[in-house]
Amino acid sequence: MKEQVYRNLQRKIIALTLVVSLAPLLILGMTLYYQFEATCREKTKEQIRYRAQAQAEAVDLFLKERTAILNAMADTHTFDHMIDEKNLARIFDVMNAHAGAFVDLGIIDSIGTHRAYVGPYDLRGRNYFDQPWFNEVIVKGHYKSDVYMGFRRQPHFIIAVRRHENQQAWILRATIDPNRFEEIIRSAQIGRTGDAYLVNRDGIFQTRPRFEGDVLEKTSLDTTQFGGRVTVIEKADPTGEERLYAGSWLNDNKWLLVINQQPLELMSRLFALRQTEIFIITLGVLAIMATTVFTTRLAISRLIKADQEMIELNAQLMQSDKLAALGKMAAGVAHEINNPLAVILQKTGWLEDLLAEEEFKESENIAEFRKSIAKIEEHVERARKVVHNMLGYARKMEPRLEDVDVNDTIHQTITILENHARINNIDIQVDLAETIPIIAGDQAQLQQVFLNLISNAIDAIGSNGAIEVDSRRRDDVIVVNIRDDGPGLSEEKMRKIFDPFYTTKESGKGTGLGLWVSHSIVSKMGGSIQVKNNHDKGAVFTVEIPIVIPEKK
Amino acid sequence: MDYFSIMVVDDEVDFLETLVKRLQKRNIDTVGVTSGEEALKILGEKRIDVVILDVKMPGGIDGIETLREIKRHQPLTEVILLTGHGSVETSIDGMKMGAFDYLLKPIKLEELMIKLSEAFEKKDLQEQKIRKARIKELVRFPGRVFQQEKE
Repeated sequence: MKEQVYRNLQRKIIALTLVVSLAPLLILGMTLYYQFEATCREKTKEQIRYRAQAQAEAVDLFLKERTAILNAMADTHTFDHMIDEKNLARIFDVMNAHAGAFVDLGIIDSIGTHRAYVGPYDLRGRNYFDQPWFNEVIVKGHYKSDVYMGFRRQPHFIIAVRRHENQQAWILRATIDPNRFEEIIRSAQIGRTGDAYLVNRDGIFQTRPRFEGDVLEKTSLDTTQFGGRVTVIEKADPTGEERLYAGSWLNDNKWLLVINQQPLELMSRLFALRQTEIFIITLGVLAIMATTVFTTRLAISRLIKADQEMIELNAQLMQSDKLAALGKMAAGVAHEINNPLAVILQKTGWLEDLLAEEEFKESENIAEFRKSIAKIEEHVERARKVVHNMLGYARKMEPRLEDVDVNDTIHQTITILENHARINNIDIQVDLAETIPIIAGDQAQLQQVFLNLISNAIDAIGSNGAIEVDSRRRDDVIVVNIRDDGPGLSEEKMRKIFDPFYTTKESGKGTGLGLWVSHSIVSKMGGSIQVKNNHDKGAVFTVEIPIVIPEKK
Repeated sequence: MDYFSIMVVDDEVDFLETLVKRLQKRNIDTVGVTSGEEALKILGEKRIDVVILDVKMPGGIDGIETLREIKRHQPLTEVILLTGHGSVETSIDGMKMGAFDYLLKPIKLEELMIKLSEAFEKKDLQEQKIRKARIKELVRFPGRVFQQEKE
């Protein structure tokens, strides 16, 4: 029952301490982690945004350069000059030498006929009048196509510029090498998961992406999500992994450069931090838990001990109070009984005196009278003994102070009882410490204490057993243990054992005063008697006597 | 044993009467009184060798007070204290004040007789010493015999 209370208390303290100390730690750890993660994510987004922008600018520059060269060539040469394929080939060489990436070059006249061509395909004579881009380039003056297969079954795109000459329009058209173009874009495919590609407004791949699909296939990306300059969105890719997509429009908003990457790859520092944090928090939690459990256990065990001591102290105080009260009562009772006893004894004495006279000597019942008187005297004596025992300790209120050898007293006591013990087949073992000093006290009283305790032990065992008597010194106290292997004591007996008239012996055999008197004697000496049950069997009485060194005479 | 006289002081009349009767039956000159005042009165009139005095007496002057008075007026008279009470301190105090000994009630007459004779012996011894001292003095200063007789 009590243990349950302590265990509950211990559990409560541990739980409360753990909650109070761990909660802030965990909250702090989590907050820090999520803050850091948010920052990290923001930085990653920034980084990918910057890369998209830079890459888009590079691609835009590439296109503008190509357009500018075409414009320059168209502006500095006449239609008649260009139409001569020898001249055109020279111009094509100059262009490739300065800028590169041109696959072919052609001149288209105002009605859409390919008039001159330099390049690997035979496109001369083809008419583009019906192509939508022809119209656009005539109206707008320049045109850049999306990537398409065209006649040559190869993904490519064209740049075309228009020129007016003598009221006549003509067009200079060049095809850009898709491989060269893709190289620029592929340079942004970074890391394990990084991808970079171009899509047009309809979401058709203009360059080959690293992971999903191929040129001229449709992307799963919704291009309308991207607006303004650079837009960063988070989205799951087709395999379900989270990715950051950064898109930047270029080429007059016709094409969208997309750079994407799994953000986690970029946040390796976050993982390092997470590992460290988890490690530190785990260590902290373990340390707190260990400390809490340890200190709480310690505190509880101290509490248990203090409670125990308190209980024992209370019990001792109650015992002393009880005995003191009973002592007073006993003294009062003694007076009230002793006086009538004194009268009875004198009266019977007087009867005896009278019976001794001549005239009664011959009386018929003289023997009976004598017997009765003897019986009365015997029982007065019995009553007297009880009362005197009760007052036994009080009679020696001022114990004589003499030199007492405690060990010697024990030896003497055992000698007195040895015979009695041997008859009952009880072995008395003695283990006395030699360091016990001679003390000032009343040897007769002390002997009475040991006599009571050892003879009680013999009575408790009955027959066949062993008694151990040991003495030792503990600081300023002599401790004597008298241990028997009898049946031990119930709690009830333990509580009442020092009460006067409490006896377990059959009536007439014990007065129930022995232990009471012993307790009083030892208390007067400033010591104590305690009784406990042995762990295995029987009881142990512990007498503690303070060491009072005799004055030198 | 020489002749000696005894006084018993006890408020318990039954006890007192019986004890007095028994002592008298043994040819001991005994008087019994039930209070300290009476005891002191008789002591002023009659030679008493040993007083048996109950320590606890109700009303008037109690045993200890009586003892003090006895010892003041007649220091040679021996006093044996009787007590039925557990508190032996009083008896010890009494002995410090010059009582010969104390006995716990109830007492057997035989015990009492032994104590009485011891007390008487002590008193006798003391008186003998005093007598011897006087004789010595008289031997040295014979003139003083007249002074002595005047007292």
